[in-house]
Amino acid sequence: MNKTKLIEILGRTADVIEENKLYLTELDTEIGDGDHGINMARGFAAVKEKLSGYEEMSCGAIFIDVGKMFIKVVAGSSGPLYGSAFKVIGKTVGDSEEVTYIQFVEGFEKGIAKIQALGMAKEGEKTMIDAMLPALREMQKADIAADGIKNAVAAAEKAVEHTKEIIATKGRASYVGERSIGHQDPGATSFYIMLKVLSEAL
Amino acid sequence: MVGIVVVSHSCKIAEGVCELALQMAPEYKQMIPAGGLVDGSLGADAMRVLDALHSANDGDGVAVLADIGSSVISTELAIELLEDEFPVRMADCPIVEGAVAAVIEASVGAPLDGVIAAAEEARGARKKEI
Repeated sequence: MNKTKLIEILGRTADVIEENKLYLTELDTEIGDGDHGINMARGFAAVKEKLSGYEEMSCGAIFIDVGKMFIKVVAGSSGPLYGSAFKVIGKTVGDSEEVTYIQFVEGFEKGIAKIQALGMAKEGEKTMIDAMLPALREMQKADIAADGIKNAVAAAEKAVEHTKEIIATKGRASYVGERSIGHQDPGATSFYIMLKVLSEAL
Repeated sequence: MVGIVVVSHSCKIAEGVCELALQMAPEYKQMIPAGGLVDGSLGADAMRVLDALHSANDGDGVAVLADIGSSVISTELAIELLEDEFPVRMADCPIVEGAVAAVIEASVGAPLDGVIAAAEEARGARKKEI
C-alpha cells in the first residue's frame, strides 16, 4: 500500500465512520455511556482535516499523527486505545513511503498488544479485542494482503455477532452485567467497519 | 511534597472529592482535580490529566486517583506520555476514601510510595459489619 492509497483509505474511513456515527452511538447507549460513535467520528474528522498535509509525510509519520489526533480530540476510552495503537503501527512502519503487508500485520499485532496492556483486556470480555484478535489471526495466516484482509473482515464480522452472546466484564458495559447479552459490542463493531473499508479499498 | 491528581468523568466529582479531602489539610496546595472534558461535559481526557500532573508536581512526584473505566485508561496514557519526566503512580482504590487518606499522608511530607500505600489501604475500609 503506497502513501496515496493510505491517505485515500483514511479519508474513506472518516466518511464511513461519520455515516455510522448514530448507529455506533445507539449500540453504545444500550450497554455503555453512549458516546462511541460521536468519539470515533470526532477523531476521524480531525484526521480528515489533516489529510492534505499528509502528502509530505512518511507512512509511519502519518499513522503516528493519526494516533496523536485521537489522543488529543477523542474523549472516552477509544481515544487513548486507538490513538496508542495507531502510534505503535506508525513506529513499526517507520520512515517509509509505503506500507508492506508484513509491516502492517506486525504493527497491528503490536497495536493490539498495546490496547490490551492499557485496557487490561483479554479475549471474551465483550470489547474491541474480541474482533481484533480473530482478524489478526487470519492476517497472520495469509501471505498477501488481498487474502489476509478479506479473511480478517469475515472473521471480524463473525466475532462482532459473537459479542452478542457474551457478558461484558470490561468497561462501562460490565456494570450492565448479564443484561448486556443480546447487544453487540460497539467497539468491536467500529473496528469491523474500519477493517471493511480497508478491505474494499485494497 | 508529593502532589495528588483526582481523575473523574465528571468535573463535579473531581472537584468535590478534592474539596472534601482538603478539609483534612486546608494548607495543602498540590491537589489538582482533572474531571470531565475541557468544555465541562462528561468524559475522560488524557491531555487534561497530563496538564494536571504537571500542575501537581513540585519535583517529588504525583499520586493519581482515578474513577471508572476510561479515567483509568486516560491516566495510564497520560503517565506514558510523561515519559518518566517525574515519578507518577496511580493508586488502586476508591477515589473518595483514597483521596482523604492520600491528602493526609502527602500534606505531612510522606514520599510517593507512602501516599500510594495510604490511598490503597483505604480500599479495605468497611461500611458495615459483615
